[in-house]
Amino acid sequence: MATEVATKRNSPFRFLHKLPIRLTFTEKKAPLLISDLAKESDELKKRTHILECAWNQEHDDEEEEEEETREDGVVDGSDDASSTHDIYGDIGNRAPNEFEHIGRFTTFQVYIAWFALFLFAHIREYVTRFGFVKDLSNKENKSMKDFVPLFSDFEAFYQRNCYIKVRDVFERPICSVPGATVDLVDRVSHDGNWTYEYPGTRTNVINVGSYNYLGFAQSAGPCADQSAASIDREGLSCCTTVHERGRSVSQAKLEKLVAEFLGVDDAICFSMGFATNSMNAPCLVDKHSLIISDKYNHASLILGCRLSGASTKVFEHNDMESLERILRDAIAYGNPKTHRPYKKILIIVEGIYSMEGSICNLPGIIALKKKYNAYLYLDEAHSIGAMGKTGKGVVEYWGCDPKDVDILMGTFTKSFGAAGGYIAGAKRTVDHLRVASPTGYYSSPMSPPIAQQIYTSMSIIMGRDGTNDGALRIERLARNSHYFRMKLKQMGFIVYGSNDSPVVPMLIYFPTMCGFYGREMLARNIGCVVVSFPATHMTEGRVRFCISAAHTKEQLDYVLATVCELGSLSRSKFSRRSHLYKNLQIEW
Amino acid sequence: MRNRAKRQQEKLSKKLTERQKDELIAEWQPEPLVPETPQDHPVLNPKYADGKMTKEVSIDGQKYLNMASTNFLSFIGVKRIEERAKSTIFKYGVGSCGPRGFYGTVDVHLDLEKELAKFMGCEEAVLYSYGFATVSSAIPAYAKKGDVIFVDEGVNFAIQKGLQASRSRVEYFKHNDMEDLERLLLEQEQKDKNDLKKAKTVRRFIVVEGLYVNHADLCPLPKIIEFKWRFKVRVFIDESWSFGIIGKTGRGVTEHFNVPMEDVDMVMASLENALASTGGFCVGRSYVVGHQRLSGLGYCFSASLPPLLATAASEAIAIIDEEPDRVQKVTKMSIEGQKKLENVLKGSKFVLQGCPESPMKHIYYDGNDEEKNLDKLVDTVFNDSHLLLTRARYLDKDEMFKVRPSIRVMFQYDLTDAEIDRAVEAIGSAARQM
Repeated sequence: MATEVATKRNSPFRFLHKLPIRLTFTEKKAPLLISDLAKESDELKKRTHILECAWNQEHDDEEEEEEETREDGVVDGSDDASSTHDIYGDIGNRAPNEFEHIGRFTTFQVYIAWFALFLFAHIREYVTRFGFVKDLSNKENKSMKDFVPLFSDFEAFYQRNCYIKVRDVFERPICSVPGATVDLVDRVSHDGNWTYEYPGTRTNVINVGSYNYLGFAQSAGPCADQSAASIDREGLSCCTTVHERGRSVSQAKLEKLVAEFLGVDDAICFSMGFATNSMNAPCLVDKHSLIISDKYNHASLILGCRLSGASTKVFEHNDMESLERILRDAIAYGNPKTHRPYKKILIIVEGIYSMEGSICNLPGIIALKKKYNAYLYLDEAHSIGAMGKTGKGVVEYWGCDPKDVDILMGTFTKSFGAAGGYIAGAKRTVDHLRVASPTGYYSSPMSPPIAQQIYTSMSIIMGRDGTNDGALRIERLARNSHYFRMKLKQMGFIVYGSNDSPVVPMLIYFPTMCGFYGREMLARNIGCVVVSFPATHMTEGRVRFCISAAHTKEQLDYVLATVCELGSLSRSKFSRRSHLYKNLQIEW
Repeated sequence: MRNRAKRQQEKLSKKLTERQKDELIAEWQPEPLVPETPQDHPVLNPKYADGKMTKEVSIDGQKYLNMASTNFLSFIGVKRIEERAKSTIFKYGVGSCGPRGFYGTVDVHLDLEKELAKFMGCEEAVLYSYGFATVSSAIPAYAKKGDVIFVDEGVNFAIQKGLQASRSRVEYFKHNDMEDLERLLLEQEQKDKNDLKKAKTVRRFIVVEGLYVNHADLCPLPKIIEFKWRFKVRVFIDESWSFGIIGKTGRGVTEHFNVPMEDVDMVMASLENALASTGGFCVGRSYVVGHQRLSGLGYCFSASLPPLLATAASEAIAIIDEEPDRVQKVTKMSIEGQKKLENVLKGSKFVLQGCPESPMKHIYYDGNDEEKNLDKLVDTVFNDSHLLLTRARYLDKDEMFKVRPSIRVMFQYDLTDAEIDRAVEAIGSAARQM
């Protein structure tokens, strides 16, 4: 600002520059971004070609602009023929991430809804305190009344007065295999969700809430048979830690298969996905390093970053400019506390973000990582098995080289129907993790039936069992996701994320709608997941559908019809772009 | 506030020109992501066991007597548990496909939680899918920045991670030293008197283990409960190793010391040791434990326990209740085993440590080159007498306090007297040779 003021010394309005508002608009020298360099270099040009054509950066609804570019109502992203070829010359249709925003008036209405909720919560609080309504919450022991209270006032307040009202929508118990349909245990509450009674009946509902992307949650079939057989062979547990005497044969076999599946040197498996992230980040970085993570990363990654002691910076969701700016400043200025350069920089992103349904911009991140010599940690919890032509995750989806990603992490819960996590990469990385990860010293290895389930399902995906069952599942999942999303958008709902991702978050914004959707869908025999604050932003409550390869077209049609009906009832169809899809014939 | 940070960032970016930044970027050389690991490290060349890890383990075709696994009540290989697990697979599939909040709660989880609560005599239990994550998620759910936690120095790694994640002020007292703990509590009381307003918001906790895995001794629970009432401190006990084996019916240290369960605020335990399954649980009053259903990170953001492991644990608890002599025989075996081992190690440089009732004991070496000599003992009994022992493994560079290297000896329900005598004799002769 000082240099700009100096040039205006002769201006009659120079007194205005002393005000704390910006009145001059001198030309800013734009930083040398990768898109500028691309104009010089051919190789980078090809990469930005992917960035620009694949990702539609516009956020606002400029309707005139849209009308002139897309008269025929074709989906964003795959208009002209040249953009359908990626850097390897393959034809790949990649749908961009869409984040349609609603108008400011609707956001204001959402805030009013929250305000009303809190107002009523306060009223209820006072009414209960004065004894007009019986207080059914759990109380501390009378003998401990001199102790400092265990919970802060606000935490308990939110739980007692807001959450308890919609508690029946969460933690619904099931009593069958969580496949395309699931049996829910019926429960009734006569005291406002404080306690439940179980009449003993069950309801069969269509399951669009469980993570079952490839439909491997089956109680019969080759996976179940082989898991049961492995219990006879190796027992249920090893009862020692991994390094003491607990190296199991099934886990070693599985690690080799995972490495082969992903196309890297070696892999190591853990028995819990959450612990994989939170316990292994400290092995890779220490307090002299920097972690740059995406805004919407999962809680396990955030915990891992915190436990490692490294400095952390956050970049805007999927925004390459923000990431590049942070990288440049970090390398140029170093650690602001010690004034020394960082020893290493680790970028942490996810393949598919589970609350947004968006796919990360992997080629852009790899290009940046190579330019600035940083390391990349890719968490493919939701995308492994679900994305890519043969199910190898976002790396295959984008056509990138798996050896470019330093650390490929993933979980087995979602697409493989088991539990656990893995980290794969170069042999040197995996050897170091084997020796330095605390999970090896203090916890037992994977249970043999679980390892066997993953082994069998991964073999089926790779086609090793001799059938094309794996390829069929992957194709069914892709078709289901596209069909479902396009239909929802055609009806007029706002859906976040990319068309290719099997996670479909449908925005309903109002917190009051969460309870409505949860209960009405159950009444119509559909089990869905609703999320609101604090898992998402305060103004963006959503219904999250998880599409599975096990869903049939009839089930999806039924769900769509129900959602349409409820959307009209509750006036949740906020999208202003549904005209784009009006004449589109969406086939399965 | 975000705008202010953005403006600060812009100001920062303007200090150096882009050309200068390019030069600095070209000069910067990062460290390699991970250091080299020597290829002959024992972890990279493991020995695999064939078949189940029961009393007899076969490695590379040779049978060994197994005193290295935490299978204290010998639940691995029990037909009843395995059949129940198999029938669960054919009913629910293998994985639960979701976290507890979103269709991952299977009715077997609810049943297991009820059974655990009834077993321990408490109101409610919360089930986790991983033993390590139980303690390290439970402590940060209650203790936040500004609180104070009094911890024994000898606690295990999972508790240390939980303390680190909680960001509270941690005060360590010497292992099982009640005078040291009293001193710390009196200091805290003094601080409270000086600042009464702050004292009303600072929560206080004591975290101890029932049976310390690094030292094989019990915590002095009655004295700690006395401190609880005197200084108004809440008590959390980690019974990962004492659940199922200490006490007349396996209820843990509270039964052993005859302390009523209402006095203890929360008991955290793991299902991976005595119950031969996977997972962990926290049990206590509903007021305390119910909070974790919304704020325990390992509970809310992680997939739930696979149903087959939950039913296996259910079955194991039913067996403990039906066959009370399992726990009693293990206790008797441990007390006698302690005497026999002490006798046989007399005169050698090896020292036995552990409380008599615990089936897990540590053998230390009094002298130089502790690790080398302990390794030599393990190898000698492995090769000569076909006895499987193990060195206790710790991640030394991450542990808060240095743990003395040791060998862990573990007794199982299945072992006959003859086998114990043979094992003890083998250890004794190997020890005397060195």
